[in-house]
Amino acid sequence: MENKKKKNKYSVKQRLLSSNLTFTIVSVIIGLIIGAIVLLIAGFNPITAYSIIINGIFSRTKYISYMIIYATPLIITGLSVTFAFRTGLFNIGAEGQYIVGALVATIVGYFLELPIGLHAIVVFLAAIIAAAVWGGIAGFLKAKFGVHEVIATIMLNWIALYFSNYMVMKPFLRRPESDSSYEILDTASITILEDWKYTDAGREWLSQHPYIKDFLATPANLGFVIAILLAVLVWYILNKTTLGYELRAVGYNKHAAEYGGIKVKKSIITSMMIAGGLAGSAGALQVMGVTKGISVLPGMEGYGFDGIAVALIGGTTAFGNIFAGLLFGGLKYGGPKIQPPLGAPSEVVNIVIGTIVFFIAVPKFMRMIFNINTRKRGEKNAR
Amino acid sequence: MSNIDFNHKVVEMKDITKKFGNFTANDHINLTVHKGEVHALLGENGAGKTTLMNVLYGLYHPTSGDIYIRGEKTNINDPNVAIKKGIGMVHQHFMLVEPFTVAENIILGMETTKGVTIDMQKAIADVKELSEKYGLYVDPDAKIQDISVGMQQRVEILKALYRGAEILILDEPTAVLTPQEIEDLMGIISNLTEEGKTIIIITHKLKEIKMIADYCTIIRRGKHIDTVKVSETSEDDLASKMVGREVSFKVDKEHKEKGETTLKIENLVVKDNRGINAVDGLSLEIHAGEILGLAGVDGNGQSELIDALNGLRQVESGKVYMNGKDMTNKSTKEILNSKISIIPEDRQRRGLVLDFTVAENMVLENYHKKPFAKRGILSYENIEKFAKDLIKKFDVRPENEKIKARSLSGGNQQKVIIAREVTNDPDLLIAAQPTRGLDVGAIEYVHKSLIEQRDKGKAVFLVSLELDEVINVADRIAVIYEGKIVGIINAKDADEKTLGLMMAGGGTDGK
Amino acid sequence: MLDDLGFLIGTTLMYAAPLIFTALGGVISEKSGVVNIGLEGMMTMGAFTGAAVGYFTGNPWIAFIAAGLAAGVFGLLHAIASVTFHADQVVSGIAINFLGPGVALFISRLFFNGSTMTKSLDFEAKMPRPLNGVFESNSFLDLIFNHYATVYLAFILVFIMWFILYKTKLGLRIRAVGEHPAAADTLGVSVVKIRYLAVVLSGVFAGFGGAAMSIAVVSNFRPTLISGQGFIALAAVIFGKWKPQGAMWACLLFGAAQGLTVYLGGSNIINISSQILAMLPYALTLVILTGFVGRATAPAASGQPYEKGER
Repeated sequence: MENKKKKNKYSVKQRLLSSNLTFTIVSVIIGLIIGAIVLLIAGFNPITAYSIIINGIFSRTKYISYMIIYATPLIITGLSVTFAFRTGLFNIGAEGQYIVGALVATIVGYFLELPIGLHAIVVFLAAIIAAAVWGGIAGFLKAKFGVHEVIATIMLNWIALYFSNYMVMKPFLRRPESDSSYEILDTASITILEDWKYTDAGREWLSQHPYIKDFLATPANLGFVIAILLAVLVWYILNKTTLGYELRAVGYNKHAAEYGGIKVKKSIITSMMIAGGLAGSAGALQVMGVTKGISVLPGMEGYGFDGIAVALIGGTTAFGNIFAGLLFGGLKYGGPKIQPPLGAPSEVVNIVIGTIVFFIAVPKFMRMIFNINTRKRGEKNAR
Repeated sequence: MSNIDFNHKVVEMKDITKKFGNFTANDHINLTVHKGEVHALLGENGAGKTTLMNVLYGLYHPTSGDIYIRGEKTNINDPNVAIKKGIGMVHQHFMLVEPFTVAENIILGMETTKGVTIDMQKAIADVKELSEKYGLYVDPDAKIQDISVGMQQRVEILKALYRGAEILILDEPTAVLTPQEIEDLMGIISNLTEEGKTIIIITHKLKEIKMIADYCTIIRRGKHIDTVKVSETSEDDLASKMVGREVSFKVDKEHKEKGETTLKIENLVVKDNRGINAVDGLSLEIHAGEILGLAGVDGNGQSELIDALNGLRQVESGKVYMNGKDMTNKSTKEILNSKISIIPEDRQRRGLVLDFTVAENMVLENYHKKPFAKRGILSYENIEKFAKDLIKKFDVRPENEKIKARSLSGGNQQKVIIAREVTNDPDLLIAAQPTRGLDVGAIEYVHKSLIEQRDKGKAVFLVSLELDEVINVADRIAVIYEGKIVGIINAKDADEKTLGLMMAGGGTDGK
Repeated sequence: MLDDLGFLIGTTLMYAAPLIFTALGGVISEKSGVVNIGLEGMMTMGAFTGAAVGYFTGNPWIAFIAAGLAAGVFGLLHAIASVTFHADQVVSGIAINFLGPGVALFISRLFFNGSTMTKSLDFEAKMPRPLNGVFESNSFLDLIFNHYATVYLAFILVFIMWFILYKTKLGLRIRAVGEHPAAADTLGVSVVKIRYLAVVLSGVFAGFGGAAMSIAVVSNFRPTLISGQGFIALAAVIFGKWKPQGAMWACLLFGAAQGLTVYLGGSNIINISSQILAMLPYALTLVILTGFVGRATAPAASGQPYEKGER
């Protein structure tokens, strides 16, 4: 027992020192430095700007609440990308799967009448199933026709977007005189204490607890808790189940997996379905907790694409996604706050994120910088 | 008949040594080739022939030794230098752009232009002229993807000639050709030497050497064994020089009576990736308590046979019975569940998931069975305990089940596979080239494991390209040639000469 | 009716032009073996630069060139990552898709008073219409042939690209590098140089495509202006089977889908949803990929970093 513990500790330490995490941290630092340089060139004080962002995220519980709300869908789409990535697939399609999830959640949340709680669960599951099918299409196309999943999912994203727009504008779903759908029923909501917040008792209690009041002054919802549960689930499936074993084996080496009796094509479809379901759940949670419905989208909202960045920054590990999602969510929420006082463009956030991803893409460059003579092995991405 | 000009030594390789880490691929090899000569490099797989030629072509840099081209000491550090010096190489795996035409492939990098455009007319005319001069008939307008392998090889030769090659290295040029194409190639080689070209041909097929080569240099285990005049040497002599008289690995094993038939293969036909019958009506029986060795030169259908037995390749016709049960075209899972274990040919591609831990690799076929998993949930505790036991028992180093398989040495990787397969308690153990790339100690270990299985009364099917190995380890030896068994002999009656001849398709005439 | 047809053809051509430029960028990059899903980001950068430089200089041609150069810088970034550092080309492309719009909007806010929309171009600063006045205004021929210069340029560029790729030494080498880099390398063709050239050019073309949108089709830049056109161009590359002329036809088809949307928006003849039309290019591309409509094959080495090294 004693011995085992020691060994585990050793392996954790080893992982901390492993090149991936180091590269990620260095990439984040480089991203922030480039952001600072850009701000400096544009004539702003980067220290002031960054401190405004940090204050804008942490100085009030309301801000923290918002950061969490911003982070929640990104963590989950990140998990979707991570799951696919760990099984050898690149899911660029989280965006479309998210849209499908949000659409189905809205429809089921609006039309179906069920008791509180149960309704939310049904909405959540319906969205996941729909999005899993959507993701599964890409898996099927790859398994059956050899269509590269990157291209297939890009196409499916746009099809999902326009399909969702089409559905929103249908009379049965469209809230008259608007570009939005009807809102879901309250029974499907997962916003925390949504009604109670505005009752007399609620108001009174909250006025005595200012921090909680502040925290709940947002559409704070159960999404974040579910995101963490999903992260645990993803970790568990990947690492503790025979399914995860099969999917990872196919991702790492499909020839050996085949030799071990694992069905490669089935695994590819399963993997894309799970990834799709995850991204769809992000869409459902956003509808149930924050937006309550969907609108016509002029373009991509970016939850899926941001999820790719989150997954990459999170080192494509389940728990890394939580941290990367919070980082990204914080930057997305806090970033725009530099605009009013400084007049500094909030898009510096995109530049920071883009830079981080760029440097994560070039581990070889990092290795050159560090001059680390690690084992000669191509950290080939899974594809 | 001979076109050799003995006054001109075009290639002299002196004392060439090439080491990869601790492994010496070439050990002070000397090679002299005259103008107009066809010089064969003969040796078993892994003897160091291709390494030597890669040194000559500038793909590898020799650890020590000098190269003289036309008497001039030359430092060939890049294929471009080799090309400038008039050396051309036709690799075993062709370097051709599939959707391009023949002419486009030939002129690539040395395009003929007219103004800003490529002068395709001139290119085609040049190609035609070259091909007529040497009898290398090709259609300059045909796309590579549409022409046969033999044609593709001609394109490779033309590519070299177009660049003014005087010395042509052909690496196993007949490995991928049909008998008719081989005959054509022999004609082409004669034409080339008549025009004063020099040919170095890497091969281990004796017949071809007798047919075409003037001189033959034999390499064994990286060492220069002999250079002989082919016309004065018999196939028998070449064979024995190739495989060596002295037996390097003596394996202790007691005689054992063979038992019931375990695996029965009847008239098996399996196609390769190109759709050609690689296994072509093969029949074989393997008995309990014996090691049946399958000897043969690479590319005679061994890989396809193993894939078919593994359920990874479709059987076109014929039958496979395991313990009397029809296993033809069953799924891999069913096959693995019918007491067959396979040590795959390519351990890194098929045998291991390199990014999995050693423990995870130990259960690659059984991860879903108790005690490793229950209702879809893995028990890492049991998997790791199991792995730990095996690591101890099979002496895998380092003794850590949690590290990735990638970080193990080749020998230890193979131990992981053997441990896994043997522990499955199979009735039939198929070992495909189980010692490839291993060092002496590891080889001994693998051999011991196989014999242990036999002594337990299991059937063992050893497929190997190493003749020594087959002779020493197996009880009976079947020789495969062009997808058929051309003969079966008892190992104790076997001698390298006979086997070498059979493997090279010599002496037996196919039947 | 004839005028309706003329209008439809005219709008098709107008909307196809930006796609054609960008798709040609995709073609040349993929032909050399580098996947470029960063086209969207590069196109956005080009659209912004074109509109901004056009606004400040008043010269559409300077604006157009500047757009190409600005997006070319992102092409260079992509080349550095994917050619020199053997990066995963998809990940690098994703980074470009963050960086392109990020940089564009950032600079926009700096120069346009905190706005992510550039100010409208004056008439003189817009792309000229060389054939304006040749035909009777709003006549059938006028609707078809009277266009911004970028439309003619797009088609000329298709021809030039076809000529380069299939008739010249450079083109042969680009295609060889994309199909079998090792073969090209053993014949002394520099894989690195060719790929750098192709990827930088793909950025330049995507930049032209963006400008063809922001200084011709419309007269300013706004964040939703490009929104997906880079990806449509990517779809066109595949749909057109990685050939310049094929990509052109695909862009025309996709442009027609957009043209039809505009046309039907102005009339009530058929009640076909614009959203369904917008979906069409992507759905068709998926069908193409399954191989039902003739097998489309990407350059064999596309997406794979080329590492020399000892074999």
